[in-house]
Amino acid sequence: MSSVQQITRLPETASQTGGPYVHIGLAPQQAGFEIFERNFGNVLGAPQTPGERIVVEGRVLDGSGTPMRDVLIEIWQADADGHYAHPADPRSSAFRGWGRSGADFETGVYRFDTIKPGPVPGRGGRMQAPHIAFVLFARGINVGLHTRMYFSDEKVANDADPVLTSIEWEVRRHTLIGHREQRDGDIVYRFDIRVQAPDPAQETVFFDV
Amino acid sequence: MPTDPFGDFVQRDPSLHPPAYAPGYKTSVLRSPKNALISIQQTLTERTAPQFRADELGPLDADLIRNFAKDGMPIGERIVVHGFVKDEFGRPVRNALVEVWQANASGRYRHRKDQYIGALDPNFGGCGRMLTDADGHYAYRTIKPGPYPWRNRINEWRPSHIHYSICGDGWAQRLITQMYFEGDPLIATCPIVRTIPSDEQIRGLVALQDVANFIEMDSRCYRFDIVLRGRRATWFEH
Repeated sequence: MSSVQQITRLPETASQTGGPYVHIGLAPQQAGFEIFERNFGNVLGAPQTPGERIVVEGRVLDGSGTPMRDVLIEIWQADADGHYAHPADPRSSAFRGWGRSGADFETGVYRFDTIKPGPVPGRGGRMQAPHIAFVLFARGINVGLHTRMYFSDEKVANDADPVLTSIEWEVRRHTLIGHREQRDGDIVYRFDIRVQAPDPAQETVFFDV
Repeated sequence: MPTDPFGDFVQRDPSLHPPAYAPGYKTSVLRSPKNALISIQQTLTERTAPQFRADELGPLDADLIRNFAKDGMPIGERIVVHGFVKDEFGRPVRNALVEVWQANASGRYRHRKDQYIGALDPNFGGCGRMLTDADGHYAYRTIKPGPYPWRNRINEWRPSHIHYSICGDGWAQRLITQMYFEGDPLIATCPIVRTIPSDEQIRGLVALQDVANFIEMDSRCYRFDIVLRGRRATWFEH
Protein backbone atom coordinates (compact mmCIF):
# COMPACT_ATOMS: atom_id res chain seq x y z
CA MET A 1 0.00 0.00 0.00
CA SER A 2 1.30 3.42 -0.89
CA SER A 3 0.10 5.21 2.22
CA VAL A 4 2.59 8.04 1.86
CA GLN A 5 1.30 8.99 -1.58
CA GLN A 6 -2.27 8.96 -0.35
CA ILE A 7 -1.51 11.82 1.99
CA THR A 8 -0.40 14.10 -0.79
CA ARG A 9 -2.21 12.78 -3.81
CA LEU A 10 -5.76 11.79 -4.60
CA PRO A 11 -5.98 8.43 -6.36
CA GLU A 12 -6.97 8.72 -10.00
CA THR A 13 -10.55 7.55 -10.56
CA ALA A 14 -10.56 3.92 -11.69
CA SER A 15 -11.20 3.25 -15.35
CA GLN A 16 -14.08 1.04 -16.47
CA THR A 17 -15.00 -0.34 -19.86
CA GLY A 18 -17.02 1.87 -22.19
CA GLY A 19 -19.25 -1.15 -22.80
CA PRO A 20 -21.05 -2.15 -25.98
CA TYR A 21 -23.27 0.94 -26.08
CA VAL A 22 -20.56 3.60 -25.90
CA HIS A 23 -22.15 5.16 -29.00
CA ILE A 24 -25.16 6.37 -27.00
CA GLY A 25 -23.00 8.84 -25.17
CA LEU A 26 -20.28 9.59 -27.70
CA ALA A 27 -21.95 9.06 -31.08
CA PRO A 28 -25.73 8.90 -30.54
CA GLN A 29 -26.53 9.00 -34.25
CA GLN A 30 -24.70 5.71 -34.64
CA ALA A 31 -26.69 4.29 -31.71
CA GLY A 32 -29.73 5.11 -33.81
CA PHE A 33 -31.24 8.38 -32.63
CA GLU A 34 -31.03 12.17 -32.97
CA ILE A 35 -30.67 14.15 -29.77
CA PHE A 36 -27.99 16.85 -30.00
CA GLU A 37 -27.98 19.79 -32.37
CA ARG A 38 -24.24 19.46 -32.87
CA ASN A 39 -22.47 16.13 -32.94
CA PHE A 40 -18.80 15.32 -32.65
CA GLY A 41 -17.74 13.18 -35.57
CA ASN A 42 -15.06 11.70 -37.77
CA VAL A 43 -14.44 14.65 -40.11
CA LEU A 44 -11.59 16.86 -38.93
CA GLY A 45 -11.10 20.33 -40.34
CA ALA A 46 -13.06 22.51 -42.73
CA PRO A 47 -12.76 23.00 -46.51
CA GLN A 48 -10.41 25.94 -45.93
CA THR A 49 -8.10 24.04 -43.54
CA PRO A 50 -4.62 23.99 -45.08
CA GLY A 51 -3.00 20.62 -45.68
CA GLU A 52 -3.19 17.42 -47.63
CA ARG A 53 -6.61 15.75 -47.40
CA ILE A 54 -6.33 12.17 -46.25
CA VAL A 55 -8.56 9.32 -45.15
CA VAL A 56 -7.43 7.11 -42.29
CA GLU A 57 -9.25 3.82 -42.05
CA GLY A 58 -8.88 0.27 -40.86
CA ARG A 59 -10.22 -2.38 -38.57
CA VAL A 60 -9.55 -3.29 -34.98
CA LEU A 61 -9.05 -7.02 -34.50
CA ASP A 62 -9.30 -9.12 -31.35
CA GLY A 63 -7.12 -12.09 -30.42
CA SER A 64 -9.06 -14.40 -32.75
CA GLY A 65 -8.68 -12.02 -35.69
CA THR A 66 -12.34 -11.04 -35.47
CA PRO A 67 -13.11 -7.37 -36.13
CA MET A 68 -14.27 -5.48 -33.05
CA ARG A 69 -17.40 -3.94 -34.52
CA ASP A 70 -18.36 -2.07 -31.36
CA VAL A 71 -15.05 -0.23 -30.91
CA LEU A 72 -14.98 3.55 -30.66
CA ILE A 73 -11.80 5.36 -31.61
CA GLU A 74 -10.72 8.92 -30.95
CA ILE A 75 -7.79 10.61 -32.65
CA TRP A 76 -5.75 13.69 -31.71
CA GLN A 77 -3.30 15.33 -34.06
CA ALA A 78 -1.47 18.50 -35.04
CA ASP A 79 -2.22 20.60 -38.10
CA ALA A 80 -0.24 20.52 -41.36
CA ASP A 81 2.44 22.75 -39.78
CA GLY A 82 2.76 20.53 -36.71
CA HIS A 83 0.82 22.77 -34.31
CA TYR A 84 -1.77 21.68 -31.79
CA ALA A 85 -4.95 23.65 -31.08
CA HIS A 86 -4.07 24.00 -27.41
CA PRO A 87 -2.63 26.86 -25.33
CA ALA A 88 0.52 24.82 -24.62
CA ASP A 89 1.43 25.29 -28.27
CA PRO A 90 2.59 28.90 -28.69
CA ARG A 91 1.46 28.94 -32.31
CA SER A 92 -1.88 27.43 -31.49
CA SER A 93 -3.82 26.22 -34.51
CA ALA A 94 -7.35 26.91 -35.75
CA PHE A 95 -7.58 23.24 -36.69
CA ARG A 96 -9.07 21.36 -33.75
CA GLY A 97 -7.31 18.12 -34.57
CA TRP A 98 -9.71 15.81 -32.78
CA GLY A 99 -12.43 13.42 -33.87
CA ARG A 100 -14.13 10.18 -33.02
CA SER A 101 -15.38 7.28 -35.12
CA GLY A 102 -17.28 4.15 -34.23
CA ALA A 103 -16.44 1.07 -36.30
CA ASP A 104 -19.13 0.10 -38.79
CA PHE A 105 -21.46 -2.43 -37.13
CA GLU A 106 -21.31 -4.68 -40.24
CA THR A 107 -17.78 -4.38 -41.58
CA GLY A 108 -15.88 -3.26 -38.48
CA VAL A 109 -14.17 -0.50 -40.48
CA TYR A 110 -13.52 2.85 -38.81
CA ARG A 111 -12.79 5.95 -40.86
CA PHE A 112 -11.53 9.50 -40.37
CA ASP A 113 -11.42 12.29 -42.96
CA THR A 114 -8.62 14.60 -41.91
CA ILE A 115 -5.44 16.29 -43.04
CA LYS A 116 -1.93 14.98 -42.80
CA PRO A 117 -0.20 16.46 -39.74
CA GLY A 118 3.24 18.03 -39.87
CA PRO A 119 6.21 17.06 -37.71
CA VAL A 120 5.76 17.99 -34.03
CA PRO A 121 8.43 19.09 -31.53
CA GLY A 122 9.50 16.33 -29.17
CA ARG A 123 11.54 16.36 -25.99
CA GLY A 124 14.93 17.98 -25.82
CA GLY A 125 14.55 19.75 -29.16
CA ARG A 126 14.23 16.53 -31.16
CA MET A 127 11.48 16.51 -33.75
CA GLN A 128 8.85 13.81 -33.91
CA ALA A 129 7.75 12.35 -37.20
CA PRO A 130 4.19 13.20 -38.26
CA HIS A 131 1.81 11.04 -36.28
CA ILE A 132 -1.77 10.74 -35.08
CA ALA A 133 -2.55 9.69 -31.50
CA PHE A 134 -5.27 7.05 -31.14
CA VAL A 135 -7.25 5.90 -28.12
CA LEU A 136 -9.59 2.88 -28.26
CA PHE A 137 -12.65 2.20 -26.14
CA ALA A 138 -14.84 -0.91 -26.32
CA ARG A 139 -16.59 -3.66 -24.46
CA GLY A 140 -13.86 -5.83 -22.93
CA ILE A 141 -11.31 -2.99 -22.89
CA ASN A 142 -10.97 -2.03 -19.24
CA VAL A 143 -8.63 0.91 -19.71
CA GLY A 144 -8.59 2.88 -22.97
CA LEU A 145 -5.76 1.71 -25.20
CA HIS A 146 -3.37 4.39 -26.49
CA THR A 147 -1.39 4.00 -29.67
CA ARG A 148 -0.05 6.13 -32.51
CA MET A 149 -0.21 5.96 -36.28
CA TYR A 150 2.81 7.05 -38.32
CA PHE A 151 2.88 7.48 -42.10
CA SER A 152 4.43 4.98 -44.52
CA ASP A 153 5.70 7.78 -46.81
CA GLU A 154 7.74 9.39 -43.98
CA LYS A 155 10.42 6.74 -43.70
CA VAL A 156 13.31 9.11 -42.97
CA ALA A 157 11.40 10.95 -40.26
CA ASN A 158 10.04 7.70 -38.83
CA ASP A 159 13.53 6.24 -38.55
CA ALA A 160 14.54 9.24 -36.40
CA ASP A 161 11.34 9.49 -34.35
CA PRO A 162 12.14 9.38 -30.62
CA VAL A 163 9.00 7.44 -29.67
CA LEU A 164 9.08 4.93 -32.51
CA THR A 165 12.78 4.26 -32.03
CA SER A 166 12.32 3.86 -28.26
CA ILE A 167 10.41 0.63 -28.93
CA GLU A 168 13.02 -1.93 -28.05
CA TRP A 169 11.64 -4.61 -30.35
CA GLU A 170 12.26 -3.38 -33.87
CA VAL A 171 10.00 -6.15 -35.19
CA ARG A 172 7.04 -4.47 -33.49
CA ARG A 173 7.52 -0.96 -34.87
CA HIS A 174 5.77 -1.77 -38.17
CA THR A 175 2.48 -2.13 -36.26
CA LEU A 176 2.35 1.67 -35.93
CA ILE A 177 2.63 2.46 -39.65
CA GLY A 178 -0.41 3.48 -41.68
CA HIS A 179 0.01 2.42 -45.33
CA ARG A 180 -0.57 5.00 -48.00
CA GLU A 181 -2.64 4.06 -51.00
CA GLN A 182 -4.66 5.86 -53.70
CA ARG A 183 -8.31 5.00 -54.04
CA ASP A 184 -10.77 6.76 -56.33
CA GLY A 185 -8.74 9.95 -56.13
CA ASP A 186 -8.46 9.82 -52.33
CA ILE A 187 -5.27 9.40 -50.34
CA VAL A 188 -6.03 6.62 -47.89
CA TYR A 189 -3.86 5.43 -45.03
CA ARG A 190 -4.82 1.93 -44.06
CA PHE A 191 -4.19 1.30 -40.36
CA ASP A 192 -5.38 -1.98 -38.86
CA ILE A 193 -4.99 -2.38 -35.11
CA ARG A 194 -4.44 -5.79 -33.54
CA VAL A 195 -5.46 -5.53 -29.91
CA GLN A 196 -4.19 -9.04 -29.30
CA ALA A 197 -2.20 -11.36 -31.55
CA PRO A 198 -0.66 -14.80 -31.10
CA ASP A 199 2.60 -13.47 -32.57
CA PRO A 200 4.03 -10.67 -30.41
CA ALA A 201 5.51 -9.06 -33.52
CA GLN A 202 2.01 -8.63 -34.98
CA GLU A 203 0.25 -7.24 -31.91
CA THR A 204 -0.07 -3.45 -32.16
CA VAL A 205 2.15 -1.52 -29.78
CA PHE A 206 0.12 0.22 -27.08
CA PHE A 207 1.55 2.94 -24.90
CA ASP A 208 1.46 3.81 -21.24
CA VAL A 209 1.39 7.56 -21.80
CA MET B 1 6.26 24.16 -5.50
CA PRO B 2 5.80 25.48 -9.03
CA THR B 3 3.84 23.54 -11.59
CA ASP B 4 4.26 24.04 -15.29
CA PRO B 5 0.68 24.65 -16.49
CA PHE B 6 1.43 22.55 -19.55
CA GLY B 7 4.02 20.16 -18.12
CA ASP B 8 4.14 16.38 -17.93
CA PHE B 9 1.48 14.41 -16.13
CA VAL B 10 2.54 12.17 -13.27
CA GLN B 11 2.77 8.61 -14.52
CA ARG B 12 -0.38 6.53 -14.14
CA ASP B 13 -0.43 4.10 -11.22
CA PRO B 14 -1.65 0.83 -12.79
CA SER B 15 -2.63 -0.60 -9.40
CA LEU B 16 -5.53 1.88 -9.34
CA HIS B 17 -7.07 0.43 -12.50
CA PRO B 18 -8.35 -2.90 -13.79
CA PRO B 19 -5.83 -5.05 -15.63
CA ALA B 20 -6.47 -5.46 -19.36
CA TYR B 21 -6.90 -9.22 -18.89
CA ALA B 22 -9.61 -9.86 -16.32
CA PRO B 23 -11.10 -13.31 -17.05
CA GLY B 24 -14.11 -12.86 -14.73
CA TYR B 25 -15.22 -10.33 -17.34
CA LYS B 26 -15.08 -12.75 -20.23
CA THR B 27 -14.98 -10.30 -23.11
CA SER B 28 -11.64 -8.97 -21.89
CA VAL B 29 -9.94 -12.31 -22.58
CA LEU B 30 -9.58 -11.80 -26.35
CA ARG B 31 -9.52 -8.00 -26.14
CA SER B 32 -6.48 -7.56 -23.92
CA PRO B 33 -2.98 -7.05 -25.34
CA LYS B 34 -0.55 -9.81 -24.35
CA ASN B 35 2.44 -7.50 -24.52
CA ALA B 36 3.17 -4.98 -21.80
CA LEU B 37 2.30 -1.37 -22.53
CA ILE B 38 5.36 0.57 -23.61
CA SER B 39 5.99 3.55 -21.35
CA ILE B 40 6.95 6.69 -23.23
CA GLN B 41 8.16 10.07 -22.10
CA GLN B 42 5.31 12.47 -22.73
CA THR B 43 5.51 14.93 -25.59
CA LEU B 44 3.32 17.80 -26.71
CA THR B 45 0.99 15.15 -28.13
CA GLU B 46 0.22 13.73 -24.67
CA ARG B 47 0.33 17.05 -22.79
CA THR B 48 -2.28 18.73 -24.99
CA ALA B 49 -5.87 17.81 -25.76
CA PRO B 50 -8.90 19.10 -27.67
CA GLN B 51 -10.55 22.25 -26.38
CA PHE B 52 -14.33 22.57 -26.22
CA ARG B 53 -16.57 25.63 -26.22
CA ALA B 54 -19.87 26.11 -24.43
CA ASP B 55 -21.58 27.15 -27.67
CA GLU B 56 -20.98 23.66 -29.08
CA LEU B 57 -23.44 22.27 -26.55
CA GLY B 58 -27.18 22.84 -26.51
CA PRO B 59 -29.19 24.26 -23.61
CA LEU B 60 -30.80 20.90 -22.78
CA ASP B 61 -27.72 18.72 -23.26
CA ALA B 62 -27.30 18.31 -19.48
CA ASP B 63 -30.99 17.67 -18.83
CA LEU B 64 -31.72 14.04 -19.65
CA ILE B 65 -35.27 14.42 -18.37
CA ARG B 66 -36.07 16.91 -21.12
CA ASN B 67 -33.53 16.44 -23.90
CA PHE B 68 -35.42 13.61 -25.58
CA ALA B 69 -38.93 14.24 -24.22
CA LYS B 70 -41.50 13.92 -27.03
CA ASP B 71 -44.97 13.93 -25.51
CA GLY B 72 -44.35 13.79 -21.78
CA MET B 73 -41.70 13.13 -19.20
CA PRO B 74 -39.68 9.93 -18.91
CA ILE B 75 -40.74 7.36 -16.32
CA GLY B 76 -38.58 6.66 -13.28
CA GLU B 77 -36.89 8.22 -10.28
CA ARG B 78 -35.85 11.81 -10.90
CA ILE B 79 -32.31 12.50 -9.75
CA VAL B 80 -29.68 15.22 -9.96
CA VAL B 81 -26.04 14.10 -10.20
CA HIS B 82 -23.22 16.52 -9.57
CA GLY B 83 -19.61 16.68 -8.48
CA PHE B 84 -16.17 18.07 -9.13
CA VAL B 85 -13.53 17.04 -11.62
CA LYS B 86 -10.17 17.47 -9.94
CA ASP B 87 -6.64 16.40 -10.65
CA GLU B 88 -4.53 14.22 -8.34
CA PHE B 89 -3.39 17.30 -6.45
CA GLY B 90 -6.92 18.53 -5.85
CA ARG B 91 -6.83 21.29 -8.44
CA PRO B 92 -10.04 21.85 -10.41
CA VAL B 93 -10.06 20.65 -14.01
CA ARG B 94 -11.88 23.45 -15.79
CA ASN B 95 -13.71 23.24 -19.08
CA ALA B 96 -13.51 19.44 -19.10
CA LEU B 97 -16.02 17.77 -21.41
CA VAL B 98 -18.11 15.34 -19.36
CA GLU B 99 -20.35 13.03 -21.39
CA VAL B 100 -22.74 10.57 -19.74
CA TRP B 101 -24.91 7.74 -21.03
CA GLN B 102 -27.14 5.18 -19.39
CA ALA B 103 -30.04 2.77 -19.60
CA ASN B 104 -33.57 3.97 -18.79
CA ALA B 105 -35.52 3.07 -15.65
CA SER B 106 -36.27 -0.39 -17.11
CA GLY B 107 -32.62 -1.14 -17.70
CA ARG B 108 -32.99 -0.75 -21.47
CA TYR B 109 -30.58 1.22 -23.65
CA ARG B 110 -31.64 3.26 -26.63
CA HIS B 111 -29.19 1.52 -28.96
CA ARG B 112 -29.85 -0.43 -32.12
CA LYS B 113 -27.92 -3.40 -30.71
CA ASP B 114 -29.70 -3.65 -27.34
CA GLN B 115 -32.28 -6.48 -27.47
CA TYR B 116 -33.23 -6.58 -23.77
CA ILE B 117 -36.94 -7.19 -23.09
CA GLY B 118 -37.17 -4.13 -20.83
CA ALA B 119 -39.27 -1.41 -22.47
CA LEU B 120 -37.87 1.59 -24.26
CA ASP B 121 -39.17 4.88 -22.91
CA PRO B 122 -40.33 7.11 -25.77
CA ASN B 123 -39.36 10.17 -23.77
CA PHE B 124 -35.87 9.13 -22.73
CA GLY B 125 -32.74 9.17 -24.86
CA GLY B 126 -30.15 8.36 -22.22
CA CYS B 127 -27.26 10.68 -22.94
CA GLY B 128 -26.08 14.10 -21.89
CA ARG B 129 -22.98 16.28 -21.85
CA MET B 130 -21.61 19.36 -20.15
CA LEU B 131 -18.45 21.34 -19.49
CA THR B 132 -17.04 21.80 -16.00
CA ASP B 133 -17.09 25.35 -14.65
CA ALA B 134 -14.26 27.41 -13.12
CA ASP B 135 -14.38 25.24 -9.97
CA GLY B 136 -14.35 22.01 -11.96
CA HIS B 137 -18.02 21.48 -11.08
CA TYR B 138 -20.56 19.68 -13.27
CA ALA B 139 -24.23 18.84 -12.77
CA TYR B 140 -26.99 17.15 -14.74
CA ARG B 141 -30.51 15.90 -14.22
CA THR B 142 -31.71 12.46 -15.21
CA ILE B 143 -33.75 9.36 -14.39
CA LYS B 144 -32.12 6.74 -12.21
CA PRO B 145 -31.11 3.86 -14.51
CA GLY B 146 -32.39 0.36 -13.80
CA PRO B 147 -30.22 -2.77 -13.46
CA TYR B 148 -30.28 -5.26 -16.33
CA PRO B 149 -29.10 -8.78 -17.15
CA TRP B 150 -26.21 -9.36 -19.52
CA ARG B 151 -24.39 -12.28 -21.08
CA ASN B 152 -21.32 -13.20 -19.08
CA ARG B 153 -22.21 -16.01 -16.71
CA ILE B 154 -25.85 -17.09 -16.40
CA ASN B 155 -28.04 -14.64 -14.47
CA GLU B 156 -25.44 -11.92 -14.38
CA TRP B 157 -26.93 -8.48 -13.62
CA ARG B 158 -25.27 -5.11 -13.92
CA PRO B 159 -25.85 -2.77 -10.99
CA SER B 160 -27.53 0.53 -11.87
CA HIS B 161 -24.83 2.68 -13.40
CA ILE B 162 -24.13 5.74 -15.50
CA HIS B 163 -21.25 5.71 -17.96
CA TYR B 164 -18.87 8.68 -17.94
CA SER B 165 -16.41 9.96 -20.51
CA ILE B 166 -14.12 12.81 -19.46
CA CYS B 167 -11.85 14.85 -21.73
CA GLY B 168 -9.52 16.94 -19.58
CA ASP B 169 -6.75 19.30 -20.60
CA GLY B 170 -4.26 16.62 -21.69
CA TRP B 171 -4.57 13.55 -23.89
CA ALA B 172 -2.94 11.56 -21.07
CA GLN B 173 -5.94 12.39 -18.83
CA ARG B 174 -8.55 10.80 -21.11
CA LEU B 175 -10.81 8.61 -18.99
CA ILE B 176 -13.92 6.50 -19.42
CA THR B 177 -15.53 5.00 -16.34
CA GLN B 178 -18.86 4.13 -14.69
CA MET B 179 -20.67 5.55 -11.69
CA TYR B 180 -22.65 3.31 -9.33
CA PHE B 181 -25.24 4.10 -6.66
CA GLU B 182 -24.80 3.82 -2.91
CA GLY B 183 -26.52 0.79 -1.40
CA ASP B 184 -26.93 -1.28 -4.57
CA PRO B 185 -26.42 -4.99 -3.67
CA LEU B 186 -25.38 -5.80 -7.25
CA ILE B 187 -22.16 -3.80 -6.97
CA ALA B 188 -20.45 -6.41 -4.81
CA THR B 189 -20.90 -9.25 -7.31
CA CYS B 190 -20.54 -7.45 -10.64
CA PRO B 191 -17.63 -8.90 -12.67
CA ILE B 192 -17.02 -5.54 -14.37
CA VAL B 193 -16.80 -3.77 -11.01
CA ARG B 194 -14.60 -6.61 -9.73
CA THR B 195 -12.02 -5.98 -12.45
CA ILE B 196 -10.91 -3.10 -10.20
CA PRO B 197 -8.16 -4.36 -7.90
CA SER B 198 -9.06 -2.62 -4.63
CA ASP B 199 -12.18 -1.95 -2.59
CA GLU B 200 -11.00 1.60 -2.05
CA GLN B 201 -10.97 2.25 -5.79
CA ILE B 202 -14.41 0.67 -6.15
CA ARG B 203 -15.74 2.98 -3.44
CA GLY B 204 -14.47 5.86 -5.55
CA LEU B 205 -17.00 4.89 -8.24
CA VAL B 206 -20.00 4.79 -5.90
CA ALA B 207 -22.03 8.00 -5.82
CA LEU B 208 -23.36 8.96 -2.39
CA GLN B 209 -26.75 10.40 -1.64
CA ASP B 210 -26.35 14.15 -1.19
CA VAL B 211 -29.33 14.85 1.04
CA ALA B 212 -28.46 18.53 1.45
CA ASN B 213 -29.02 18.99 -2.27
CA PHE B 214 -32.29 17.11 -2.64
CA ILE B 215 -34.89 19.21 -4.43
CA GLU B 216 -38.05 19.29 -2.34
CA MET B 217 -40.94 17.27 -3.79
CA ASP B 218 -38.91 16.74 -6.97
CA SER B 219 -35.57 14.93 -7.03
CA ARG B 220 -32.99 13.14 -4.97
CA CYS B 221 -29.37 14.14 -5.48
CA TYR B 222 -26.16 12.11 -5.85
CA ARG B 223 -22.60 13.36 -5.55
CA PHE B 224 -19.83 11.90 -7.72
CA ASP B 225 -16.34 13.40 -7.86
CA ILE B 226 -13.78 12.43 -10.48
CA VAL B 227 -10.00 12.57 -10.20
CA LEU B 228 -7.88 12.87 -13.34
CA ARG B 229 -4.11 12.70 -13.56
CA GLY B 230 -2.22 15.81 -12.46
CA ARG B 231 0.74 17.63 -13.93
CA ARG B 232 3.95 17.16 -12.00
CA ALA B 233 5.82 19.89 -10.17
CA THR B 234 8.93 21.35 -11.74
CA TRP B 235 11.71 21.38 -9.13
CA PHE B 236 14.36 22.90 -11.35
CA GLU B 237 14.40 24.92 -14.51
CA HIS B 238 15.81 23.01 -17.41
